[in-house]
Amino acid sequence: MSRDVKKRLRRTMLFLNAQRPSLMKDAYVYAPDSVIFDLEDAVAENQKDAARFSLYNNLRSIDYGEVERIVRVNGLDTPHWVEDIRASVAGGADGIRIPKCERARDVRRIEEAIESAERAFSRKPGSTLIMAAIESPRGVLNALEICESSERLFGVALSGGDFRAAMQTKYYPSGVEMAAARGNVLIAARASGVQCFDTVFTNIDDIEGFKSEVIMNREMGFDGKSVVNPRQIAIVHEIFTPGEREIREAERVVTALSENANDGVGVFLVDGKMVDIAFLAGARRTLALARAGGVYKGDL
Amino acid sequence: MKNAVGRDIPDLLLQDGRSVFRGSNFMDGCIYTKPGPTVRAAVKPQASKVLENIRTAINRCGLKNGMTVSFHHHFRDGDYIVNMVMREIEAMGIGDITIAASSLGDAHDPVAAMIERGVVTGIQTSGIRGKIGDAVSNGSLKNIAILRSHGGRVRAIERGEVHIDVAFIGAPTSDEYGNARGKGGKSDCGVLSYSVADARYADHVVVITDTLVPFPNLPPSIDGVDVDYVVVVDEIGDPARIASQALRVTQDPRDLMMAENCARVMASTPYFKDGFSFQSGAGGPSLAVNRFLESMMVERGIKMQWALGGITKPTVDLLNKGLINCVVDTQDFDAAAVCSVHNHPRHYEISTSQYANPMNKGAFVNKLDFVVLAALEIDVDFNVNVVTGSDGVLRGAPGGHPDAASGAKCTIIVTPLVRGRIPTVCDRVVTVTTPGESIDVLVTDYGIAVNPARQDLVSAITSAGIPITAVEVLKERAYSIVGVPDDVEFGDRVVAVMEARDGTLLDVVRQVKKFE
Repeated sequence: MSRDVKKRLRRTMLFLNAQRPSLMKDAYVYAPDSVIFDLEDAVAENQKDAARFSLYNNLRSIDYGEVERIVRVNGLDTPHWVEDIRASVAGGADGIRIPKCERARDVRRIEEAIESAERAFSRKPGSTLIMAAIESPRGVLNALEICESSERLFGVALSGGDFRAAMQTKYYPSGVEMAAARGNVLIAARASGVQCFDTVFTNIDDIEGFKSEVIMNREMGFDGKSVVNPRQIAIVHEIFTPGEREIREAERVVTALSENANDGVGVFLVDGKMVDIAFLAGARRTLALARAGGVYKGDL
Repeated sequence: MKNAVGRDIPDLLLQDGRSVFRGSNFMDGCIYTKPGPTVRAAVKPQASKVLENIRTAINRCGLKNGMTVSFHHHFRDGDYIVNMVMREIEAMGIGDITIAASSLGDAHDPVAAMIERGVVTGIQTSGIRGKIGDAVSNGSLKNIAILRSHGGRVRAIERGEVHIDVAFIGAPTSDEYGNARGKGGKSDCGVLSYSVADARYADHVVVITDTLVPFPNLPPSIDGVDVDYVVVVDEIGDPARIASQALRVTQDPRDLMMAENCARVMASTPYFKDGFSFQSGAGGPSLAVNRFLESMMVERGIKMQWALGGITKPTVDLLNKGLINCVVDTQDFDAAAVCSVHNHPRHYEISTSQYANPMNKGAFVNKLDFVVLAALEIDVDFNVNVVTGSDGVLRGAPGGHPDAASGAKCTIIVTPLVRGRIPTVCDRVVTVTTPGESIDVLVTDYGIAVNPARQDLVSAITSAGIPITAVEVLKERAYSIVGVPDDVEFGDRVVAVMEARDGTLLDVVRQVKKFE
């Protein structure tokens, strides 16, 4: 699979109830980076088949353009997940989100089912990516093995609802109740070279609270955030869009690295700061974020 | 004969001085003499205008077969007046009546049966919904209905194109001499703007109230010098349906996204500067635009000089926050607007002629910078339909849409690209109610299009980094989602004409074809 696909920008991942075709039919108009069609918690137990049917037809018939389509399947402890994966792969979903992932073998079981479905429905082997949702203390402690479990895995997402309950706490505006989990999962993701996404913010009307949390996410180094309402998308994108100064610095780093590489120089100064090849990925990501945010028209 | 928006107007309709639409400003400079009403002088100081009931008033006014009566729609879906008066007219054996109303809606469904019985043979209105719309579209009305904008209605009255024999004006309060106000009483509707022309130009004027107040009821919306009789009844309307407690601003993310994009478009134009003026519709995304404007005004450090139109709480909130200097009011949609027009010193009631009559000496709409409006349909020529449904049945209201659109420097239509399985952006609207030359920008959930005639706006909007597309692209997108709709099938008979603001013919509405 392409490394670019795994590393694409995922500032926002919008949850959509797969039981509601009216929501799924054109959610791309809100321009999230990814959508997550939810077959799990949003769908009543006796509606799983209907939701899967809607999802399949949605995947087959609606052009989402540049928006990535992920499916949250039901958990490994349910009778639904295998059929969820088959419907998703048959429909051509870009990826599968594993709920309540606690260990590497959870990812591998999902991967085997995906491989089987890709063969069954003649989809390109390896074309269906995986992301894992970490929702429990055990999942947090095993974050590194989860992040390193599969070549298909592009990222991990922290899921706050179940985690807070398991930790005998609740949401606090300071984020203190999630601080350790955020730090641990984020470090594991960075160590493994996969992306990391923060949990949803469910109080839609608390715009200021949401903004504070997204700013904290960006400062911590998250790649993006799961969102539950389209109104949250523009806020995340705005906060993740680099400022003018960051963009100019990134441009200078990319340009200088290219020029110095041609001259055989590995380490050099840009604006008085030491720069080497390790800075390239960060600078490129800054420019990609700026381009996605509509504030950078350059071609670096 | 084809008119300026390409609609074929049957020659039979082009009689008695009627002509086809030739462009929004074609009648500029037209000279005419206003007609005067017939007046019965009330000289005796001791005479009372208060009559015991509506029947007596109808008798005293000499209402006969073939005459025209008028009503206003400030009571909206809570109105009792139209049905009350029309029942009495029918009970008295009078028929062949033309109703000239500022709007007719679901509250007036009983009139549909009167159309079938020949009691009502003519309708002239700025809005037509419910069973009346069905009856007219089915061909039950004897005469051709006339649909006019709010400004066009006043123009027709003030030019004598429609002569009102008796105006029945429901008023929340009145004194015994007919000084009537929108304020107070059990059915407070704020203002009585739509009735001002009726009171001044009708031969007979009857004020109907459920709250008689001591003389003088000042300042009056309807001046007692124009009023012949006052009738007191138990209830003139249902207060709960007259002014909603608060119109809920939409929380629909799609509406909010369109509203925010609309506000961004506004902010990108040169008109968005300190002292600008603004009108918005009362529904969904149009109403929500106020919310986004507020933060943009604060950010730029600018204020709105005046807001116009049907008024709602979001406008009142901006007034109270000091972000609007004054509010100019022709109708109140919620309790906050009613309260404000009574109490805020810079919230003013105006007449509908002041608001929008295109052929007086200059209406308020002419001074608008922005108006944000909705549409049932909009076509690739930017023509808008707000009066007929996708089935061709009359179920809407031109209202002030064509007036504000024509007057404003920047007219923005905000509408979803499709509604259910109906494309909103289409090749050709069923009925043209607002000509495309009045529409500047279209904001949909799938993209923004600018009328090619407004290259200045194209430049301003794109310079602000807002992506735009062609209206044809939006139409194709709509068709790709829901398919290309079949044309609505109509019969031959014309059941209604849509007048342009200046009285020329913009379009016709034909009888809907029955399913066979």
